Amino acid sequence: MADLITYRDAVAEGLAREMRRDPSVVCLGEDIGKAGGVFKTTVGLFAEFGPERVRDTPISEQAIVGMAMGAAMTGVRPVAEIMFSDFLACCWDYLANEIPKMRYMTGGQVTVPLVVRTANGGGLGFGAQHSQAVENWALTVPGLKIVAPSNPADVIGLLASAVRSDDPVVFFEHKGLFASRGETAPPDHVVPLGQAAIARPGTDVTVVALAATVPIALSAAAELAASGTEVEVIDLRCLVPLDMATVLASVRKTSRLLIVEENPYQGGWGGTVASIVADEGFEFLDAPVRRVAAACVPLPFADALEDEVIPTVSKVTTALRALADY
Amino acid sequence: MKADELLGLYEQMAVIRGTEQAAHDLFLAGLVKGTTHLAAGHEAVAVGASAALRPDDYVFATYRGHHHAMARGASPEECLAELMSKATGVCKAKGGSMHLTKASAGMLGSYAIVGAHLPMAAGAAWSARLRGTGQVAVAFFGDGATNIGAFHEALNLASVWALPVLFICENNLYMEYTPIGSVTAADHPAADRAASYQLPAELIDGNDVVIVAAAVARAVHRARSGDGPTVIEAQTYRHFGHSRTDPAAYRPEGELEEWLGHDPLEVARRRLRDLGLPESELTAVTERAARTVADAVAAAKAAPGADPAEAFTDVWADGGFQWRT
Repeated sequence: MADLITYRDAVAEGLAREMRRDPSVVCLGEDIGKAGGVFKTTVGLFAEFGPERVRDTPISEQAIVGMAMGAAMTGVRPVAEIMFSDFLACCWDYLANEIPKMRYMTGGQVTVPLVVRTANGGGLGFGAQHSQAVENWALTVPGLKIVAPSNPADVIGLLASAVRSDDPVVFFEHKGLFASRGETAPPDHVVPLGQAAIARPGTDVTVVALAATVPIALSAAAELAASGTEVEVIDLRCLVPLDMATVLASVRKTSRLLIVEENPYQGGWGGTVASIVADEGFEFLDAPVRRVAAACVPLPFADALEDEVIPTVSKVTTALRALADY
Repeated sequence: MKADELLGLYEQMAVIRGTEQAAHDLFLAGLVKGTTHLAAGHEAVAVGASAALRPDDYVFATYRGHHHAMARGASPEECLAELMSKATGVCKAKGGSMHLTKASAGMLGSYAIVGAHLPMAAGAAWSARLRGTGQVAVAFFGDGATNIGAFHEALNLASVWALPVLFICENNLYMEYTPIGSVTAADHPAADRAASYQLPAELIDGNDVVIVAAAVARAVHRARSGDGPTVIEAQTYRHFGHSRTDPAAYRPEGELEEWLGHDPLEVARRRLRDLGLPESELTAVTERAARTVADAVAAAKAAPGADPAEAFTDVWADGGFQWRT
């Protein structure tokens, strides 16, 4: 049996592999050095690579991401950490106006090969300012690549691709998955950006999921299998590039599509997926496209309230049964 | 500074001044669209600083950045072509007046979100130190940028990390339409704040290219020696309003005339005469600068317009724009 590793350790392992491979890879962020990160996702890096390549910063999100950008434009490959994805709002200028536009508006003179890592999503009872799933914020901006892994091996493989990418990448690590375990990645494991995975093959309904909604969808699929419905679960892995070829091929087979996303229904990425399927896969469908997304309210604190707002196995199971019976 | 070197800087400033005037005139003629933020009056800051930099040093400028692009080596023709939406524009007509960039000359962009580029310059300085190249980075910014968070975050972090970066404020007295003094709790918005971050500061005459070059040379020496950042506040004045649509009616009577008496070109001419440069030589160089600008205008006018297909290139490093399969 392969070695198991936690999702959180996979982040540190993925970073360490890239830093060993390429001396131009550097990390910066709040508490990422000696402290090993508030989520312990950078444990061991400071000891191995030293204070110049693993830099603690003040609580200055604009300086963190702005400096990463300047370094990326001049021959370094920075990996900047924004502790909670909610805090991206503090440096959103860089993600919305600067980093994704620099290459284009200079007519291709400048490349910005950086990664912004951030802990995303809910399920831990951190309240409205530390629990949001904000991958849809990034999706509104042309020029950003968006990655959100669901398991430890993908964390390592996608981090390798993100660091090696000459384009800017926002790398969403899901807080609810940090303690989860999975097989570790073999040496030199690289997962290309924009290649979805079939997390569970099936013939009756397609579920498109991302990050923490992948294990939710897999649990729901297992429940439906007991009653004879075979659900195909697609782990998108990335929002940009968006692997619609895999989604459309699956819908062609199953004729039914459920999208499970943790960001709010209002403006969520599932709307983009549904729109493309409506446009290019209309003839494949035997049922309406359905979405299980977060409700359009701020994230509440109490577990009982948070469960009402974000996707759960029971919500997905209910939606799948309705689609299968349609 | 010797006369021949100063004469060279004078000619650069004269070319920039002429190009800014041409941009103004071309706008009125309907050949430049959007907006422009002209830097006429600010030439000595850009030219003086560039004289103190190595060719491989990095410069980050603002939407009022034509002078910085040209001082670092962008040609007047490719800058005007950019403003005129021509295929030969320095950014292939995808950036425009506010985003002139000449990366091959170390001019790493003109940024139109106030203050955003100060952390970038600090990052480029960090990169230079990581790579051991001895390069320095310079952020030029207006007085208005000193009241935005990125200014303070950048100065603090650059100071703590002792980065080889220069923060050069072009204080032209106005943040857009508002006198900077009326919205800032400091007499000298950049220089007075430097001490808060344990940084040295110099308050200088930004209209005297010799003074600028000397101050920047001191700061560059500090940066390359590992002694960290310097804040320079260069006092200057813009001859035009904030942007194309601003007639600058808020300026007190006589203020513009007073500053025109201390115009960077006039200051340099006085110095050249004091150094004994013959008037005929000064006139010849002034006329050559005018010809350079006229040739640039003619070439930019004659250049082909932007190819519509260019709208879909340069998003990604592979040159394309595909975001899905």
